[in-house]
Amino acid sequence: MSAAEHDSVEVEVRNLRKSFNGHPVLKGLNFDVTPGEIFVIMGPSGSGKSVLLKHIIGLETPDEGEILLNGESIQGPAVMDKYRLAMVFQSGALLNSLTVGENVGLYLIEHRLKPPAEIRRVVAEKLELVGLKGLEERSPGELSGGMKKRVAIARALVIEPQLILYDEPTSELDPLMAVTIGEEILALNERIHVTSIVVSHDRDLAFAVADRMAMINEGEILFIGTPDEVKRHNHPLIQRFIHAELSVPKPSL
Amino acid sequence: MFQNIGELIILFWRTLQALPRLVRQRAKVFDQLFEIGNASLLMACILSFFIGGVLALQAGSVLADRGLTNLIGGMVGVSMAKELAPVMMSILLAGRIGSAMAAEIGSMCVYQEIDALKTMNINPIHYLVLPRLVAIAVALPILVVFSDLVGWFGGALVCVFNQHIGISFEAYFNNLRNVVDVRDVIDGLIKCFVFALVIATVSCHQGLQTIGGPRGIGRSVTKAVVNSIVLILILDYFLTRMLLHFEK
Repeated sequence: MSAAEHDSVEVEVRNLRKSFNGHPVLKGLNFDVTPGEIFVIMGPSGSGKSVLLKHIIGLETPDEGEILLNGESIQGPAVMDKYRLAMVFQSGALLNSLTVGENVGLYLIEHRLKPPAEIRRVVAEKLELVGLKGLEERSPGELSGGMKKRVAIARALVIEPQLILYDEPTSELDPLMAVTIGEEILALNERIHVTSIVVSHDRDLAFAVADRMAMINEGEILFIGTPDEVKRHNHPLIQRFIHAELSVPKPSL
Repeated sequence: MFQNIGELIILFWRTLQALPRLVRQRAKVFDQLFEIGNASLLMACILSFFIGGVLALQAGSVLADRGLTNLIGGMVGVSMAKELAPVMMSILLAGRIGSAMAAEIGSMCVYQEIDALKTMNINPIHYLVLPRLVAIAVALPILVVFSDLVGWFGGALVCVFNQHIGISFEAYFNNLRNVVDVRDVIDGLIKCFVFALVIATVSCHQGLQTIGGPRGIGRSVTKAVVNSIVLILILDYFLTRMLLHFEK
């Protein structure tokens, strides 16, 4: 693949609004993600993070506003076809009717991008990368939640995307695998300079991988800045979110 | 309702537009054909045998009272070919295959598998709807021919072994050969081809519309089967009128 084909994309979100059944979920979001940047979106559950990701990848249509990829609106004809985009869903979203290997190679198979032997090699390589070597013939139903997530990441890697969106990439993973995924996000960014947008509750992951972060609450952006700026920001909700700790007194016996 | 009809027409049209891509999806078409044959053949056989049998039994006793038993073969033959085989096999497939299509696509919707396809720039209509529509459009006419043959044979057995009717195989099949024309069988095949398109389009449409969890999938399956059967019966009337018109 040529260097030009690896060019990562710039994402601009302009006045994005979305309501479901009259209930506003996104209230006029504005932000930019520069090419090759790792942009992390954090916020409490139900704040609109996943809906925002679905808009960026074109699975939802905004009520108002627009999303631009390299300056072109994704609503424009064939704009989405021009770029290789990938999304790692929170649930993995593996096709249950296919084997793990077929899931990982699906993009290459359906778009006929490589001969079958080459596809098998790429699939094996990507599965090894996420620690699932030799599981090509397994069915997704035989995998744990964390393994499914890793297969979904391998499936996204196969696309060699210019923009990759992660929806809670470390949920359901043990701490060691969460570290591996965090390292993979960074390595991918370094290797192919991919633009990455990560939605996560995982503070360790967020602060480790983010170039910049956005804190979102009830469909509005509270603050955008580097991890250090976020840590120093004095908004009470941000401080509560990043310093929240479980502190439950143990019952005395 | 009108929105649903509009969506059905759009889905059908988009699937037709995807036909040039069929070669790419041939493996999935064969998978679906195997699925349809595997799920329906035995049931089709039992159903057709007894439909032919009961038709011969009901008509036979009335005709025997009037000394017209020599007409039973033709009556069973035409009824099976033009009406019962296409309609009953279509209803069978709506129940067995349409429900499975709606459930599978519905669960793919609920568990974000369809979203995953879209993010990989794989059109769900090309990937999911096209192979199913083609497979059912191929399988149903074959199943109807099979049903015609089994139904005719079921009718013959009843005619031979029922003492009240009591005609020979030869008499039954001679009358059937004299009365049933290839055109009658083709009429049945035209009908079932249209019904196949209806079953696939309605079932896939319901699957793609699924929202919610397992309850939503259940709702889609019920709607797919009920809507398919209702449409089959309504279209059956109009297709019969149209085919009768062309017979004249």
